[in-house]
Amino acid sequence: MTTQSRSQQEPGGPGAAAAADFLDQRTGIAKAVKEFARKIFPDHWSFLLGEVALYSFVVLVLTGVFLALYFDPSMAEVHYPDDALPVTMQGVEMSRAFASTLHISFHVTGGLLMRQIHHWAALLFMAAIVVHMFRIFFTGAFRKPREINWLIGFTLMLLGLVAGLTGYSLPDDVLSGNGLRITDGVVRAVPVIGTLTSLAIFGGEFPGTVVIPRFFALHILLIPGLIIALVSAHLMLVVVHKHTQYPGPGRTERNVVGFPLFPVYVAKAGGFFFVVFGVLALMGGLLSINPVWNYGPYDPSPVSAGSQPDWYMLFLDGALRLMPGNTEIVVLGYTLSLNVLIPGMVVPGILFGFLGLYPFIEAVATGDRREHHLLDRPRNAPVRTALGVAILTAFILLAVAGGLDLIAMQFRLDVFHVIWAFRVALFVLPVVGFIVTKRIALALQRRDRELVLHGHETGRVVQLENGEFKEVHRPLTPHERWTLVSFKSYRPLEIEPAADAHGIPRPGYEKDRRRQRLSRFFFEDRVEPVTPAELDAAHAEHAAVAPAERAEIGAH
Amino acid sequence: MSEKDPVHRNGAPDGFEDPGLEPHRHRQSDVDPRAAQRAERQVVGLLVLSIVAAIGGVVGYFLFPAGETLGQIRLGNTALGLGLGLGMLGIGLAAVHWAKTLMNDTEQIEQRHEIRSDDGARAGAVEKLQAGIADANVARRPLLKGALASAVVLAPLPFVLPLIGNLTPDWDVTRFGYTAWRNKPAGAPGRRLAIDPSGDPIRAADVTIGSTFHVIPHDLGEFPGEDHFLDEKAKAVVLMVRMHPDEMMVSPGREDWSYHGIVAYSKVCTHVGCPVALYEQNTKHVLCPCHQSTFDLADEARVLFGPANRALPQLPISVDEEGYLIATSDFHEPVGPSYWERLR
Repeated sequence: MTTQSRSQQEPGGPGAAAAADFLDQRTGIAKAVKEFARKIFPDHWSFLLGEVALYSFVVLVLTGVFLALYFDPSMAEVHYPDDALPVTMQGVEMSRAFASTLHISFHVTGGLLMRQIHHWAALLFMAAIVVHMFRIFFTGAFRKPREINWLIGFTLMLLGLVAGLTGYSLPDDVLSGNGLRITDGVVRAVPVIGTLTSLAIFGGEFPGTVVIPRFFALHILLIPGLIIALVSAHLMLVVVHKHTQYPGPGRTERNVVGFPLFPVYVAKAGGFFFVVFGVLALMGGLLSINPVWNYGPYDPSPVSAGSQPDWYMLFLDGALRLMPGNTEIVVLGYTLSLNVLIPGMVVPGILFGFLGLYPFIEAVATGDRREHHLLDRPRNAPVRTALGVAILTAFILLAVAGGLDLIAMQFRLDVFHVIWAFRVALFVLPVVGFIVTKRIALALQRRDRELVLHGHETGRVVQLENGEFKEVHRPLTPHERWTLVSFKSYRPLEIEPAADAHGIPRPGYEKDRRRQRLSRFFFEDRVEPVTPAELDAAHAEHAAVAPAERAEIGAH
Repeated sequence: MSEKDPVHRNGAPDGFEDPGLEPHRHRQSDVDPRAAQRAERQVVGLLVLSIVAAIGGVVGYFLFPAGETLGQIRLGNTALGLGLGLGMLGIGLAAVHWAKTLMNDTEQIEQRHEIRSDDGARAGAVEKLQAGIADANVARRPLLKGALASAVVLAPLPFVLPLIGNLTPDWDVTRFGYTAWRNKPAGAPGRRLAIDPSGDPIRAADVTIGSTFHVIPHDLGEFPGEDHFLDEKAKAVVLMVRMHPDEMMVSPGREDWSYHGIVAYSKVCTHVGCPVALYEQNTKHVLCPCHQSTFDLADEARVLFGPANRALPQLPISVDEEGYLIATSDFHEPVGPSYWERLR
């Protein structure tokens, strides 16, 4: 085909055709455009959550580049100039890192805005990641074939935490220095290598003179590099797998129902980037955050009450507060600080570990090896939903415990009582959350069954020929019904007996039994979807109402 | 593919049939040209808002340059934030509104394909790999494979070793065991206590009962080995209070560590190292603001409550001939958070 003849069909005129021809002859891009331009994506508000995280990250990179041009990651001591703003800091001894943070805030036009957008974007980035992750969790989007993408996303969340920790430390103000102090305390609690790791991080003793340049390198090069690489893999797998969709009429495991990438999602998702950027810029312009000039440069001596880390670190801080101190032990002359190690490493390790491995745990319980592209309504997976709520409850409790001094102060409570209340709640509330959520999910499933079997209540009461009063129910449309009956209710795994017909013990029985126990935990209590036979029976029951109903409808 | 296929049916019991997509419902803007025009005007309006905001932001940049007055900085921040924010938001909302009202909203269906490669592709892949292995001629050459593995394991060492090894000038953990209090002027009985941050030495007579002092070593940074002021300060900060001597419990061996009810304890929390700064005079309790560890200064800074395990180390103090408070020795144990080799 010549350029001449193709230009006839090109929508953008001969100029666009020539450009497209130039590009395609050198990249073969037409194949990709043909493949992806009209790719179908399903539509749902909850699919935006991951986009919020992605776009916050883009904003972080853009504002981060701006800040990196003016920030001086050095711990060399300087006196803040006597003619520079703010007045309260004039002549104060501080690190160049802190001085340049002040300079960005007070002497670079737009610098304060970029700092504030950057910080707000970091908070939103982590929030969006966490909410996106729990959307995936509660709808079962992590199931085969998406387990690897779940792990990539999980790693991205951990990288986000490290990015936040390293970034928070850079301005070298009192709060960030105290954060580093606590980090040092937690690192030192690690058995065998903790002390050496602390020496390695700080290049000697805390605070030293190297930790900020080191964190700077990690914060602007290594961690964002890893995040970009993993985000690329994350998105490529989304394209390979095609997006999951919520169940409903016409939606199957074998199709995707939605709108084409070009133009709908170019406009919607592309537009949404501008929305996220716009909201963050408004926040940066209107809402003050981390005013470090009020805290002053880092000094190991002062600290004020009511100092909390950024929200995504609160759970660690809260865990540290709740652990009783007398759990520190000495083994063969070596000190094992379980009072720091358990809340600082073991508890987050268990919570995160469970979350990260959950797709594989559930796969063992279901024994299901098929691909899943239709999402679960959370009620249709009661134990998963309940486990998610239990984990969230634990994380939220720990995060709230990170502000327990404020709670004690605001409500005029004794801080010891508040700590004890949290200690008890940490063990009780996740279990309560689990039980209550599971019951609610099962109850909602039963309500769905009722709705399918008996239809919508209409509020119209009619008198039957035998004098009985009955409310008229309007049956569901096939479309409504399909959403409520088209789900799989797993049953506990059935295993082969312990011994074969000759009484010879079967190898692997114990393993199977453990699997069965897990499976029972998940699926012992369940509600089956309505079968057509049940529906027919229910219709027969309602049949007596039908003539009256018809009569009344006829009268209208 | 059959309709009875369980995968296709998403587990729904036999008998129910997927009724297929719900009939398409047209939007107001699809059926009413005036509604479509209205939507178009709204999109244009949002874009105009964006343009106006962006221009406003640029004007703000020139009108309120940073570095002059705080009010001007605040105005500049607000103007640029509003300009950038509304500029972006206008574009975003316009695009989304356009997509929702004016773009074709008929749902379309695309088929999925199993992620797994088909058996032919898998066999082909295995075949190619086997051909490659055959070409490589390594099958019966264990020596070559062993040498390659060894080389690959060892070659990164000259990279990793300097990467890790230089992180700290030395790996000496004993430095956690002492503080600047061990240094004292030649011939003096001990190092004077000084007020943080002014550095003025403290006379015992000036310490009234009930008062609290935040203390650092006098002339901190002037002695050999005290090159890093903040490092030394971070370890050596002390909280000093005075109470009635008969209010205090003193264990054997510590009788001469206090001076007429003046006691000095490390201010570095034994939990994870925050400065324990909140002293309550009535109860003689000191609280760490970070994680609420509570120590009883009347009882040698024993832990009363919270996540810390050990009492705050006590600094033995006395007075010199001029009446100034001095530390008669360093702390008798490492200060701050625990670590593995702490008791070694």
